[in-house]
Amino acid sequence: MVTTSTSGATRAARGGEGKPLLSVRDFKVEYRTGGGATVQAVRGVDLDLYPGESLALVGESGCGKTTLGLGLLRLLPRLGHASGKVIFNRGDGTEIDILGLDGRDLREFRWRDAAMVFQGAMNAFNPVLKIRAHMHDTMRAHTKATRQEIEDRAGELLRLVRLEPERVMDCYPHELSGGMRQRVLIAMSLLLEPEVLILDEPTTALDILTQRSIVDVLHEVRERLGFSMIFISHDLSLAAELADRVATMYAGRLVETGGVRDLFYRPRHPYTLGLIKAVPPIVGDLPDLESIPGGPPSLAALPKGCTFNPRCKFATDECRQAEPDLLPVTDEPGNAHDVACIHWKDVHLERRVQDDLGTAS
Amino acid sequence: MTATETAPQDRVDGSTPLMTLAAVSQVFDTKAGPIRAVDKIDLSVNPGEVLCLVGESGSGKTTAARMAAGLARPTDGKVEFAGNDIWSMNRHDFGSFRRSVQYVHQDPYASLNPTRTIQQTITAPLLKHGVVKGNKAAADKAAELLTKVDLTPPENYLPKFPHQLSGGQRQRVAVARALTLDPKLIIADESTSMLDVSIRISVLAMLGRLRDDLGVGFLFITHDLAIAKYFGWHGKTAVMYLGRIVEFGPTPKIINAPTHPYTRALIDAIPEPDPDLTKTKGRQSLRSLEIPSLAHLPSGCSFHPRCPLFEDGLCDGEVPELVEIRSGQSAACHVVARDGAGEVRPDEPVA
Repeated sequence: MVTTSTSGATRAARGGEGKPLLSVRDFKVEYRTGGGATVQAVRGVDLDLYPGESLALVGESGCGKTTLGLGLLRLLPRLGHASGKVIFNRGDGTEIDILGLDGRDLREFRWRDAAMVFQGAMNAFNPVLKIRAHMHDTMRAHTKATRQEIEDRAGELLRLVRLEPERVMDCYPHELSGGMRQRVLIAMSLLLEPEVLILDEPTTALDILTQRSIVDVLHEVRERLGFSMIFISHDLSLAAELADRVATMYAGRLVETGGVRDLFYRPRHPYTLGLIKAVPPIVGDLPDLESIPGGPPSLAALPKGCTFNPRCKFATDECRQAEPDLLPVTDEPGNAHDVACIHWKDVHLERRVQDDLGTAS
Repeated sequence: MTATETAPQDRVDGSTPLMTLAAVSQVFDTKAGPIRAVDKIDLSVNPGEVLCLVGESGSGKTTAARMAAGLARPTDGKVEFAGNDIWSMNRHDFGSFRRSVQYVHQDPYASLNPTRTIQQTITAPLLKHGVVKGNKAAADKAAELLTKVDLTPPENYLPKFPHQLSGGQRQRVAVARALTLDPKLIIADESTSMLDVSIRISVLAMLGRLRDDLGVGFLFITHDLAIAKYFGWHGKTAVMYLGRIVEFGPTPKIINAPTHPYTRALIDAIPEPDPDLTKTKGRQSLRSLEIPSLAHLPSGCSFHPRCPLFEDGLCDGEVPELVEIRSGQSAACHVVARDGAGEVRPDEPVA
């Protein structure tokens, strides 16, 4: 049950090759807001996560990124209600409908099949328990592992995230620095070898060098263990570094999905374009930056038609009529790029960061 | 050679610096012993100039800013405003210093009084300090200030409460409030770090206009070098580590041709918004991930336990002084001072 030899190779040989690990269809989340009113925070998301893939979910705050992440693991607060279909494909060919799980099945799904690393590592721990207790509690709740097995497994994972188990295991969460806590959390989330890891803003609020160490740890651990991940971030640079595929989220829907290079070099949605243009690169001369005017709309009062139209410089009357669907813009096989914008052909990123900077010398 | 003596080569108008910190230290007494949060730093800001103070948390940026604003009294050294020591000023002069230097905090959710409308927030200092007489004139002035920070039309915002505004709008209100007393220097402490990327650039652009149009000097504190680069490109940048300035110079040089290994590590560590570039960016790994505690600083150069250039016997002996490495650019590193900064790395264009 508890294997201490973890390698990516076993994962690659899983059944159902070529099928998505996680398949999300028409996923919606509603929050009750009192007085019988509801707001839809996620408004029909279709998403496939393939084995070994790293998907970044980007967008401004208030676009529904975290709600989507929580919803996929059934971790929504009581006032939230998820609907639609979320199919998880276990390696042995069985498919489970996550939204239909309850009780034991749900507990088995969490941690074992999918785990989450939350934003704000301090709040994710119980402040009166040592790290050792966190590790043991998690393992004992889900497996019949012996004390020694748990110690070994925890030690192995802590070393994998570049921590010394002897030093960390007997610490209380407050005794660790922010970066160490975040790494412990990553190690803990991997205890039961989940196939999917959802990380919510894993490096936000950490110092630059600490952020770098988390990013490096994630690179390394993913290479070693070969899990898939969905990470939620408002930081586009992080997506550029960690993602294979990027999904841009706006007002509760995906407005663009595509390979990381497609999205950064050939964005086709004005919102993605706007986000990219707003990020200052560190290398090179001063580029022209632009911000997106205004802010995301209130979910309780969405604009008619395309929800981005009031902020969009490409908007025409047509955009105010109906909300565009997420449609493919390329027919190259294996290179999916979908955009929800009727003017996608007019959207071009002119500043290719590298060309401008003359860094290629 | 200290940072204040560096030859000015950017647009500087005015011979006396607006604000000078001369060998300023701040030592906090704690149960764990004295903590040197800021250790003998020299800084100066000229009128209309931007000085960026960059560093990780615990590097002493905010403590330095609080001393510059007169909010904390240094345990050692001098803080001068327009050539006068602020702590030997009389009451009247100190008051006028306080009005000339305004502070914009990090969190616009906490820095605005939730029970006051925007109009009340902005008119309070106007009336208190007698900038204008009467409520009508104050309201007009408030509207004018809101226009300056791009909150237009102002009458939409004046009657609102902070909770009715977005983070970016609140931060603009905080800036408008800072402008009420016609400051010469604005100290912006991580003022954009809580804003969304899409909004951050527009707030920075607005601050940049204030700098250019009103000639306001900025002490701009951030942990984000990309933001320092964008806002302080025509100014200077000081990089702080554990209470000391480790590198100082014109911003383009600090960003594109850093000499101190710590500055290099910071710049290397930042991911780029470009998938090819960020994956191929050269990165030297540090020897340790942990930041030493300020209560138990390593001997010699406090960066030595993490530094890739560490040399036994050299780096852990004496504390390195800030010395000029290239024209206008100084660093506090024994190895770089001895060997020079070397070739400009091939992956970086020279500004």
